[in-house]
Order: sequence, then structure tokens, then C-alpha cells
Amino acid sequence: MHDGYTYLDHAATTPMRADAVEAMLPFLSEQFANPSGSHRFARQVRKAIDEARDDVAEVIGCQPGEVIFTSGGTEADNTAIFGTLDRSGGLAVCPAVEHHAVLHAVEARHGCIVGVDATGRVDLEALASTLESATASVSVVSVMAVNNEVGTITDLAEVAAVVRRAAPDAVVHTDAVQAAAWLDLRTITPHVDLLSLSAHKFGGPKGVGVLVARGRSAFTPMLIGGGQERERRSGTHNVAGIIALTAALRATDSERLDENQRLVRLRDELVDGLQAALDDVHETVDRACKVAGSAHVCIDGIENEALLYLLDEAGVCASAASACASGAMEPSHVLAAMGVPHERARGALRLTLGRTTTLDDIERATTVIVEAVRRLRKGRAA
Amino acid sequence: MKVLVALSGGVDSSVAAAELIDAGHHVVGITMRLWGGESDTGCCSVADVDDARRVAQQLDIDHLVFNFTDDFQAHVVDPYVQAHRQGLTPNPCIECNRHLKFDRLSERADLLGFDAIATGHHARVEAVGDRYFVHRGADPAKDQSYVVHMLPQRELRRTIFPVGHLTKAEVRERAAVLGLRTAAKPDSQDVCFITQTGGRETFLGARIPFRRGTVVDAAGVVLGEVPAIEMVTLGQRRGIGLPGGGPKRYVTGIDQATSTVFVGDEADLDVAELTVGDVVWADEPSSGEVMVQCSAHGVAIPAVLQHDIVRWHSPQRRVAPGQSVVFFDPTNRYVLGGGIAR
Repeated sequence: MHDGYTYLDHAATTPMRADAVEAMLPFLSEQFANPSGSHRFARQVRKAIDEARDDVAEVIGCQPGEVIFTSGGTEADNTAIFGTLDRSGGLAVCPAVEHHAVLHAVEARHGCIVGVDATGRVDLEALASTLESATASVSVVSVMAVNNEVGTITDLAEVAAVVRRAAPDAVVHTDAVQAAAWLDLRTITPHVDLLSLSAHKFGGPKGVGVLVARGRSAFTPMLIGGGQERERRSGTHNVAGIIALTAALRATDSERLDENQRLVRLRDELVDGLQAALDDVHETVDRACKVAGSAHVCIDGIENEALLYLLDEAGVCASAASACASGAMEPSHVLAAMGVPHERARGALRLTLGRTTTLDDIERATTVIVEAVRRLRKGRAA
Repeated sequence: MKVLVALSGGVDSSVAAAELIDAGHHVVGITMRLWGGESDTGCCSVADVDDARRVAQQLDIDHLVFNFTDDFQAHVVDPYVQAHRQGLTPNPCIECNRHLKFDRLSERADLLGFDAIATGHHARVEAVGDRYFVHRGADPAKDQSYVVHMLPQRELRRTIFPVGHLTKAEVRERAAVLGLRTAAKPDSQDVCFITQTGGRETFLGARIPFRRGTVVDAAGVVLGEVPAIEMVTLGQRRGIGLPGGGPKRYVTGIDQATSTVFVGDEADLDVAELTVGDVVWADEPSSGEVMVQCSAHGVAIPAVLQHDIVRWHSPQRRVAPGQSVVFFDPTNRYVLGGGIAR
């Protein structure tokens, strides 16, 4: 992609697929019309959107009418929480490791936050007792399918079973933004009422996503106006974005099995290589619990801000926890909720692989990281 | 050289970065995120980080943000609160320079392989013989040598103040010529972690219990009461609960143990000497004739320094304990060292 650079931050964004770029180009030039219009130019574009919706529904495992195109994962997550509460009242509940697009929305409405186990999975007993003892009726429970920082997969069938039993009136939402590249969404969708996706996590462009609204879900729209998306999300369609999202999702789905097999080997090689070359590199979550492309380690004796600088300088793009509005590293709320001590979390490093990752990348990244960690440890010891 | 420049989002550090680039250095800009709490002033807001990043983009240099909020809390905010609790008048900006800008950042710069660190302070590092000293900045009205007085030789050797030879007007002019978005940005004022709306009282009130204090004169006659002895500073004239119209009275002493505030005439504040603790030196310890500055924009006054005692040539107003006291050479051009008023 960029010669001399190694990109291991696919969970932040993965490069756009060439087929997705190609698919969107006509809609940035000759196919310019507003799909809500009635003339032939508009109808052509409208047709493209309709076909895209069919394709997306097929990959997700839902009806086309249940697909709502949004401006991205955050809008989908916010709509699931705020929209449900505005419509049904009651409380929102989520685990402490959710993406901020869910967590901050639940906190903003004084919802309940549930603890997680050491792998980052929601504690099902705690979830059940929260639902049973809630002072108001719980209207939405949001549990992410795959954690964005540590890569842990949550079994939504188990979560849904607990919710159906303990809070039968609540809908289940899942932020599946980090799942789309790795898991077959058809295995997740049947268990939930609401599901969020973001195109740039699977080779589509930024600024476009999906909210799936099915089952018993009912929400008040966040955006009202022209009544697009069956009055559930007004605003002129991001046509090029939707077309590219669809192309990327289809291609990701058809390559998923092969890519999982290829990347799990590279990921294992990366983590094994770091642990073989360096002492005190702790793998945060057992690999059996994680998606293939996710490596997350805590390296003792270094601060990740300094490590990331050296990696960047050496051409390796990685990340730690999420960055705050200022761009400064924030202590990870995910690791804190998992019970990782603050001192250890300072050395947290997230390396996420994707479609463009090669064996060369892994070898190069291993060499660079090992060298940088040695240098920082030596500097601190001096 | 590879230089790490601390970009606050203000005009001085913006121009400092530009000067370093002009001088041919490999420059990387960093912004320290220091205060995690509420803020409407100073250098920690997201808007200021945005300005810093946009300036870096304009200058085509890399920009990073380091999160030093834990260190800032431990080395600046907590001691600030404790000092007030003990009846002292601390200077948090100096402690921030000491512990964050020239300790934590400097350590980080070492680890990351930088040859030097730079800030937008109005001061100059110049050699005197084979030693380096902080010299006063070219603009007497903006000179900040007082607030960076604590730098030892090992820091001075690799610290650059690129705007120290410029006046503030020249800095703004250069920023305007370069089209930097910070060119007309007002100077930061006050303490960054204290909001303008809430002030020091709200900040401290949320962290320590305030104790009422009795205001008495030299003869022990009770004149009034203050709601928070922790908010009273030596030399203070207003806000000590005395009715207007009488003689001007100043706080001449504070007794924490008995919660008593003593007031008296301005002349009661005058003393012949000043004791200074926690002294650090730029090079070897000095004694004898020095110039002494006791506040950021105060005038330096001649005195004789003997160990930790400043003997004034003529009586001077007492310095509030906790304030930084900085020693300049007898010509008043460069910093010898400094400490904290006892």
C-alpha cells in the first residue's frame, strides 16, 4: 500500500477495497441525481440504492426493509439507544466495555452499566440481576458483538436468552461494527432486534453505516425531515457511500473464511514472535476468545505513548486505547473494566490485521516493536 | 538537530516552531494534555489542542499529544491544594514547568531520541564561560525567565527558547506573516485548571474543608472574620471582612494553628530579610550580591544572599510563603537559581 510502512491498525479503519472505490465512482460523477426525485436520473440512482439494500440484507441475514443506511456506526448506536428510550421510555443497559458511541449514550440517559469478566465479556449473572432489580423497566440492552480494543467475541445468543428471560420487554441491540470483517453476520442477526455496522471497518468509505431494525424494535428517529429510509432516518442518501459499503460488504462476506484462516496464522506469529523475543509481554485475552485479526498485548516497563511514537517513526502504524477529543491517549475504559491494573494498561498495544496484511508486515512489525521496547526499557533503566 | 517543541496552541510556541524550522532543525510538535477536569482558560482545552495541531499542519511538521494528566495531578494540582491547606501561596505554573515541561517531557524526549526540547517561553539560554544560564527575554514586559528558573545544566544544554530574542509584538508579526491561526490569539492568563467562572474559591472549596478565621490587629483586638483562612494571602488588602472607610489594613500574618489572620499597616509588612527553601541552582551555589525577583512580573531588587537567607539592602515587603524567589546575577541579566519563600 505504502512502501516501507506497515499498517496494523485495521480496527481503526481498514483501507478501502479497490472494488468499493470503483463501485462508488459513477455516483460521484454522471449518476449524480437525488434518489428521492421522480425523473429518470433520480430513478436510476434510486434503483442502485434499492439493489444495494437487497444485497446488504442478504449478507446481514435480514429483510431489505430492516436495513437503514446511516452516517456511520455512531449514528446507528446513538439511534438504537436514544431512539428506543425516546419511544418507549425506561432504562438502557450496557456492559462497561462498549464503544463510547453506546456507553456515553447510555450514561447520558442515566442507564445501568454492567461489569465484564477478565476477557471483556459481559457478566451474564450480573446482567440478569441488573435487569431483574432495575427500578424502572428496561427498554434496551446493548451488547457489542466484538470488542474494538481487545477483540473479544460475545455470544449474543446467550445474551439474548438472558434478556428475554429477565426483561422480556427489552429489545437487544448489538454494535457489530468490529464483527463484520470477521464473523458471519447471519449467525448474529437472529438473536438481536437492532444491529449497527460501519462501512470503513470492512473496506468501505467513512461516513456511512447501517442500522438494522427488526423484530420488536421501535424507535423515534434522530433525524427528521424528508422522510427517507421509511421515515426512520431523514436526509438525502449518501449514494456513493451506500454503493461502496455494499460492494465492500459483499466482497468481505465472500472472502471471509479464507481471510480468517490466513490472518489467524499471521496474528499468532506476531504475538508469539513478540513473546519469544521479549520478557513480560502479556497477551490481554486468550486467542480462543478473539477474532482472527486482533492482537492485544500489555508490555511491562514501557509507556505506550512513547512506544507508539517510535513505531510511527519506524513506519509501523499501531494504536493503544482510544484517543480522546484532544488526541491524547486516554487510559482504556475497556482494560479498566476487565480488571487490568492501571500500571499494566500503560503498556497496552493494539495491533490489528486486515486484508492488506502480509507475512512481511508481521516480520517487520515484530522486529521494529522488539527494538523499540528494548530501547525504551533501557532508557528507563538508565 | 531533532527538536521536540511543546506547542500549547498559543502564538509564542507557534512561532517558536517556525523559528526552529527556519533554523534547519527536524521539528516535531507535541501538546501535553495536563488537566483532565473542567477548564475554560489556559492551555488544556480541546480547542487549544486543535489550534496546536492546525499550526503544526500549516508548518508541515508532525504533531502528537501526550497525556500527562496523572503526573499533572500528582505534581501540580495535589501539591497546590495541599499548599493552600497549609496557608501557603503556591505558584502552580512554576511547578508545572519543573515537573512536566522540563522533567516528564524531557525524559520522554530522551527516550524518543530527540536532541533538544523547545518551548515558546520568553527567555534565552546563553553560555557564560562554559556554562549555560537562562537569560532574560528580549521583551522586558514579557520576560519569563522567572518561571523557567529551575533548569539545571543538563537541561539548559539542550533547551531552546526560540522566541526569547523577540518582543511579543515581533512574535505576533511573524505569526501574521506566516498566516498562523494563532497570530491574534490572546495570551493565556491565570491558572489553567481553575475556571474563570468558578475561580480559586470554588476549586479549593471542592477539595479541602474551609476553616473560618478571626481577623485581629497587632494588639489582639478582634476586627472581623473570614470564611476561609485557606483563601487568605499575606499582603492581601481586600476581602478580609473589614468594613470600608477605615485605615488601609493588610494581612501581616496568618496563624494556621489558631485560625487567626493578623492585619496591620503597610509598614508592618516590611522585613529586612527573607528565608528561601528548596533552592535549586543553574550551576554552582551562589552567595553575595544578587538581584532577587519574587513574582512573575515583579521588579528584581538588590540583596545579599547568605546560604538560604536574602538580606535586603533596604526593608522590603514580605513575600507570601510558597511563592518562588529567583536569584539573578548582579547585572540582572541571567538566572543563578531560585527557591520557595518560607
